Amino acid sequence: MDKHRVSGVVAGRLTAREYQDNFADIHPPLSAHEALVEAQRCYFCHDAPCMNACPTKIDVPLFIRQIATANPKGAALTIFKQNIVGGMCARVCPTETLCEEVCVRNEAEEKPVRIGLLQRYATDALIESGEQKFARAAATGRQVAVVGAGPAGLACAHRLSMYGHDVTLFEAKDKLGGLNEYGLAAYKTPDDFAQREIEYILGIGGIEVRSGARLGENVSLDDLAKGHDAVFLGLGMGGVNALGIEGEDLDGVVDAIDYIAELRQTPDKSRLPVGRRIVVIGGGMTAVDIAVQTKRLGAEEVAMVYRRGAEQLKASGYEQELAQTSGVQIRLWSAPVRILGEGGKVAGVEFEYQSAGNGGGTGGTGESFVLPADQVFKAIGQKFLPACVGESGVALKGSRIAVDEERRTSVAKIWAGGDCVAGGEDLTVASVEDGKLAAESIHRSLTA
Amino acid sequence: MADLRSEFLGIKSPNPFWLASAPPTDREVNVTRAFKAGWGGVVWKTLGEDPHIVNVNGPRYGAIHGPDRQLIGFNNIELITDRPLDVNLREIKAVKKAWPDRAIVVSLMVPCEEKSWKAILPLVEETGADGIELNFGCPHGMSERGMGSAVGQVPEYVEMVARWCKQHTRMPVIVKLTPNISDIRQPARAAKAGGADAVSLINTINSIMGVDLDTMAPNPPTDGKGTHGGYCGPAVKPIALNMVAEIARDPETAGLPISAIGGITTWRDAVDFMALGASNVQVCTAAMTYGFKIVEDMIEGLSAFMDEKGYSGIGDFVGAAVPNVTDWQYLNLNYVVKARIDQELCIKCGRCHIVCEDTSHQAITEVKNGVRYFDVKDEECVGCNLCASVCPVEGCIEMVQQTSGTDARTGKPIDNSYANWTTHPNNPQAASAAE
Ligand SMILES: Cc1cc2nc3c(=O)[nH]c(=O)nc-3n(C[C@H](O)[C@H](O)[C@H](O)COP(=O)(O)OP(=O)(O)OC[C@H]3O[C@@H](n4cnc5c(N)ncnc54)[C@H](O)[C@@H]3O)c2cc1C
Ligand SMILES: Cc1cc2nc3c(=O)[nH]c(=O)nc-3n(C[C@H](O)[C@H](O)[C@H](O)COP(=O)(O)O)c2cc1C
Ligand code: SF4
Repeated sequence: MDKHRVSGVVAGRLTAREYQDNFADIHPPLSAHEALVEAQRCYFCHDAPCMNACPTKIDVPLFIRQIATANPKGAALTIFKQNIVGGMCARVCPTETLCEEVCVRNEAEEKPVRIGLLQRYATDALIESGEQKFARAAATGRQVAVVGAGPAGLACAHRLSMYGHDVTLFEAKDKLGGLNEYGLAAYKTPDDFAQREIEYILGIGGIEVRSGARLGENVSLDDLAKGHDAVFLGLGMGGVNALGIEGEDLDGVVDAIDYIAELRQTPDKSRLPVGRRIVVIGGGMTAVDIAVQTKRLGAEEVAMVYRRGAEQLKASGYEQELAQTSGVQIRLWSAPVRILGEGGKVAGVEFEYQSAGNGGGTGGTGESFVLPADQVFKAIGQKFLPACVGESGVALKGSRIAVDEERRTSVAKIWAGGDCVAGGEDLTVASVEDGKLAAESIHRSLTA
Repeated sequence: MADLRSEFLGIKSPNPFWLASAPPTDREVNVTRAFKAGWGGVVWKTLGEDPHIVNVNGPRYGAIHGPDRQLIGFNNIELITDRPLDVNLREIKAVKKAWPDRAIVVSLMVPCEEKSWKAILPLVEETGADGIELNFGCPHGMSERGMGSAVGQVPEYVEMVARWCKQHTRMPVIVKLTPNISDIRQPARAAKAGGADAVSLINTINSIMGVDLDTMAPNPPTDGKGTHGGYCGPAVKPIALNMVAEIARDPETAGLPISAIGGITTWRDAVDFMALGASNVQVCTAAMTYGFKIVEDMIEGLSAFMDEKGYSGIGDFVGAAVPNVTDWQYLNLNYVVKARIDQELCIKCGRCHIVCEDTSHQAITEVKNGVRYFDVKDEECVGCNLCASVCPVEGCIEMVQQTSGTDARTGKPIDNSYANWTTHPNNPQAASAAE
């Protein structure tokens, strides 16, 4: 039976083949020949703009030249020296607003060198070879606690271990990786790549993993600080923002982040129940990801509704295009007023049209409309939950941890980075850079 | 990680990548930048007698570009250093002092008289430089004044000057050879006879890069006129490789250390030269095309290559290909290959067919059962490698050795024994020897 048009939240809307196609690698890897041809397009610019645009300052022209001269594993080492999560970054970085945006080829022919795909080609070559290129320096006897095994924590732990410090990595969840494992879109990270990369990262040795250790519950920051020479916090954002409107607790109203985590942990996508008519509330990367992925799970109609205009959408131009080409309808200037229910289940969302107010805000126009829905996803942003840092005295800025340019917090011996700190970009690559900078700073302080 | 350290005539450098005597090594700032970037050594831009020479004030360089403006060939009409001798000497001394672990060899060119050489050698020695390179190669300007390639083209002069230098200095003497000569072994033998410790090659090749069709002036032009300049860069590499191999396998010069130059752009190029007998390499055009940073790729790539092959030091593969370079007359005439097209990889461009049809042996089909289909006709294929050379898909066409049955083209059984021209029945010399 064709489950396409069945109303309600049901699993198995598509054929096995459709699931496979919809969740396959969105940018398939380059073949050896394609990589060579693409690498030869690089001009080996001096003081290359791409390198400066990369938050982790990967030496892009050098690694591309190494691919062009038949040394892809050497290219990977060039990448990993700056960014040990370079394999995942190659898959998920919004390159169109980072390295590829500034490629001088854009000036010449509006077609940048495909740096992301080349980076993937090189890093895949090394990870698949299984060759461990990193070794630890002589042991220093110093102990560092890293809390949170997302990109920030992993990058920090790797660099510290490289310098010879002993690292204990505390992670609340069973699996390591943070949003690499539980958040990024499935079609960007197929074939369990997150775990394969982590295996390579931990392959350096010297990093003891404690999963199931949740700061603020079974581990306390004060104890960590007492028992270690330094502590790094890479906690990400544990909480989600609430809409604060009527009907939010109806059956079928879901946090996008939770659903995505489940989707990532369900290899057989036909087991995932999904609505027929879906409304996504929000305008960022998470909103696009949930909209596109539910569409790919077989939802008939998916509307992503944002209260402001296209220019304020946080999702990049490429992401918006992806949503549109996947069949997601993007509706702007509409704010949710209430969620409508029938027998305890969600039935639709009422929106009010908005207009740009003075000072960048929006105001309701008084006119409203209803979108029918059997599933509603909330994707209006996440927040850092400061409770886990307890009474330690770590100062916040806004709602996140305050750090200086070396990623030191207000408390001695405690560093922080990634999504949990104020002023960041909320990107995988930026979190890696935070972890790396913090590790450098910790290393300096431990060897001073 | 492999050990890249190099020792050439007792001169140590952390890797075998040196910069050739040319603009990249003309002054202290450049050489310091090069050493910071990781280059193992330099041959300082050629010094001459005062008053120093002058250069043209117009373009000195010309280039040939491939698709996408990749620089393939480069040419110059620049002369030797255009700065006073004492300035250069002072800078050499300062750099050597600051970088004791790097090699600094000083290139020299003075008139072909003993007193000139005798006068300059002690001045160079005093700088603490590691050795000298005699520039017998520059093909333009200086040769009109009886120096550079004008000396390098006359083996007797090469031998004579080498001998003077050996007499008047304790420093190792490298003779840099010009390729503008019909048999490179002659000057190499002369250098050895004169007592030189090594040869380096090649210097640049006489060339004109093109003509401006509006002004009818050769490129690069100076006020509507042009002169031949020295050609270098990737395009000259095969010529240089052959010359290096010729010297390496010549019994008269066998064992004479060689520093290879000519079109070296990547670590692979360097390995080619070293396999053919060079102990180290020198680079000019690649640095002038991309800047000094390319040495990072060279070092990394060479190291990865050595690790992969299990070579621990560069001595492990220097000269490894020399025994396999031979004369045509010794090639095995019983070795038969046929082209094989991988139909899975074939993109049906048809180029193999048309080149074989038009310019070779009509041995590749065009159509089979009414559709485009390219396959080899063994009865016509001579195994020449043209189709594989022009095929845009790597690995699609391969030349496969025939080890049994008959050669469909000649009808003769495949003979796995070795037989060459010296014993072939069509060879008049072989026939007479057999009588
Ligand atoms: C849906 C979604 C899609 C995204 N897509 C992209 C993308 O395409 N490209 C991109 O560049 N960025 C993307 N991002 C952003 C990116 O994933 C984050 O910026 C990045 O993962 C942040 O890294 P982090 O290490 O700071 O935190 P996280 O990845 O969140 O990792 C934090 C880790 O800390 C652990 N932890 C939390 N609290 C505790 C505690 N109390 N005790 C112990 N451990 C704890 C968590 O379990 C987790 O493992 C996306 C984000 C989301 C939500
Ligand atoms: C602009 C330029 C100037 C050169 N000047 C000298 C020189 O002064 N002395 C010398 O021995 N060779 C000189 N050469 C030759 C180079 O040292 C080198 O032998 C040649 O360029 C081949 O190497 P390449 O293909 O790596 O450039 C010069 C080459 C160039 C391009
Ligand atoms: S390269 Fe430098 S010296 Fe040469 S023409 Fe350009 S600016 Fe002038």
